[in-house]
Order: sequence, then C-alpha cells, then structure tokens
Amino acid sequence: MTEEHAEHILSYGKLTTVWVALLVLTAATIMVTRVELGVWKVWAALAIASVKSGLVIAFFMHMKYEPRLFRIILFVALFTLAGFIGGTFFDVLYR
Amino acid sequence: MSHLEKDSFGAKLGMWLFLFTEMLLFGGVFILYSVYLTRYPKEFGLGGHQLDLVYGATNTVVLLTSSLFAAMSVTAIKTGAKKLTLGLLSGTIGCALIFLGIKYLEWSAKFHHGIYPNSPKLIAGPPGESIFFSLYYLTTGLHGIHVIVGAVLMSWTAVMVQKERLNASDNVTLENVTLYWHLVDLVWIFIFPLYYLIL
Repeated sequence: MTEEHAEHILSYGKLTTVWVALLVLTAATIMVTRVELGVWKVWAALAIASVKSGLVIAFFMHMKYEPRLFRIILFVALFTLAGFIGGTFFDVLYR
Repeated sequence: MSHLEKDSFGAKLGMWLFLFTEMLLFGGVFILYSVYLTRYPKEFGLGGHQLDLVYGATNTVVLLTSSLFAAMSVTAIKTGAKKLTLGLLSGTIGCALIFLGIKYLEWSAKFHHGIYPNSPKLIAGPPGESIFFSLYYLTTGLHGIHVIVGAVLMSWTAVMVQKERLNASDNVTLENVTLYWHLVDLVWIFIFPLYYLIL
C-alpha cells in the first residue's frame, strides 16, 4: 500500500447524534417562527439554518476532518456569496 | 485498471470546487427572493401562508434522514460492509423518491388552485404574488432537478458498489456522490425557513 494518511471514519453513533441534533433544530425553527417576533423571527430562522448547515458540512460532509485547504476555499466561497448579498442589499436599501 | 493510483485528495477538492459553484447558483436565487421580499412584503406574506407547512416539514425530515443514510454509507464502504452500503444507498434513494412524491402532491394541489407560472389567476392578481410563486417554482424546481440527479447518481454508485468497482480501498466516487447529496440537503435547509416559515 502507498502512504495512506490516516483516514478518519465517522462512527454510526456520531452520525446519528448529528441527525438527532438536526431534527431538534428543525423543531426549534418551526416553533420559534410560530411566535410573533416580527423581523427577529427571520434572523432566528436564518441563524438556526446556518447552525444546521454547519453541522451538515462539518460532519456529514466530513469537512472537520479534511485538510485545511478545503476550509480555506469554503470560506472564500462563503465570503464571495456574503459579498454579493451585502452589495445587493446596500443597493436595494440605500438607493 | 488496478495499476491506476487514484488521487482521492484531488478528486474531493474538485468536487468541492463544483459544490461552491452550486452554492453560488442557489445563492443567486436566494438573493432574488430576499430583494423581492423587501419590495413586496405583504404579497410574499400572503403567498407564503398558502404553502403547506406539513408538506415542507415532512420533506425536511425526509431529506435530513436521507443525508444520514448517505453519510453512513461512506462509513459502511470504508469498513468493508458491502451489503450495508447497498442498503444505506437504497435508503437514500428511497428518501429521494418520497421527497419527490410529496413535492408532486404539493405542486398538484397548487396547480389545482390555479397557481402555476403564467396562470390566469396569478396574472389577474397583484404582481408581488405572481413573483412570489414564480420564485417558488423556480427555486423548488431547480432543487427538485438536483434531487433527481442525485438519485440517479446514487443508483449508478450502487451498481458500482455491487460490482465491487467501489470497495473499502477505492471509494472516492461514493464519497463525492454523497457530498453532492448533502448539498441538495443544505439547499433545502434554507428553502424551508425562507418559503414555509418566516412569511
């Protein structure tokens, strides 16, 4: 065999724990948006969706165990998207 | 074939770069949504309340579960459990089909009420409502196409596992297909609150 850098295999238990956390967060986001919080419910829902995405990317997509280069390009992509969103809203709100 | 050393690092990096273009694609659709939401908050509110929360929430649970099966299939193949890998892949495909079935019911109900792109009802109504439903069909349709592509890729991967072309030592193709599947789940994680919850 060639130099096989120690491959990280996630256990079924850990994956199931992540899945349970995702279901709990889904229930939380439904409950929090049934309450009349005005604009805060939008931010609450987006915050929960971001946490859920973080869990999916880190564990299901294995990002936590990939080389650092993967995380760097992930953040470049996220910053690019955030830049588009920020730029668009700067235009929409202050035109 | 066997003398060919597979470079799984390069393969995965390439897959991630592709996934970033997908993120930007759906990101663009979400920007459209949020800009029109600030312009037509009332119509978007009325439109959003016509969507069925039960369908949306059920599909969220179905997709999260399919993602769990997909992630588990990677663990299974790496530990050499071929039968379990195939079972988990079938589970993922099954969830994809349930998702599409629910989507079909949801869309047919909307069509039945005269709500579809360019329908007479929407043309006669306020522009904000028509934009809301156009974006709804665009976003969930684009996502639905990704679900179909994901299910086809997953079936192809299952055949490769069955033939043992993918096995405990060579399985980056399976990993990449599951990465694609998780992206489909990620997009839905944002579609669900934006369309079904916050309005």
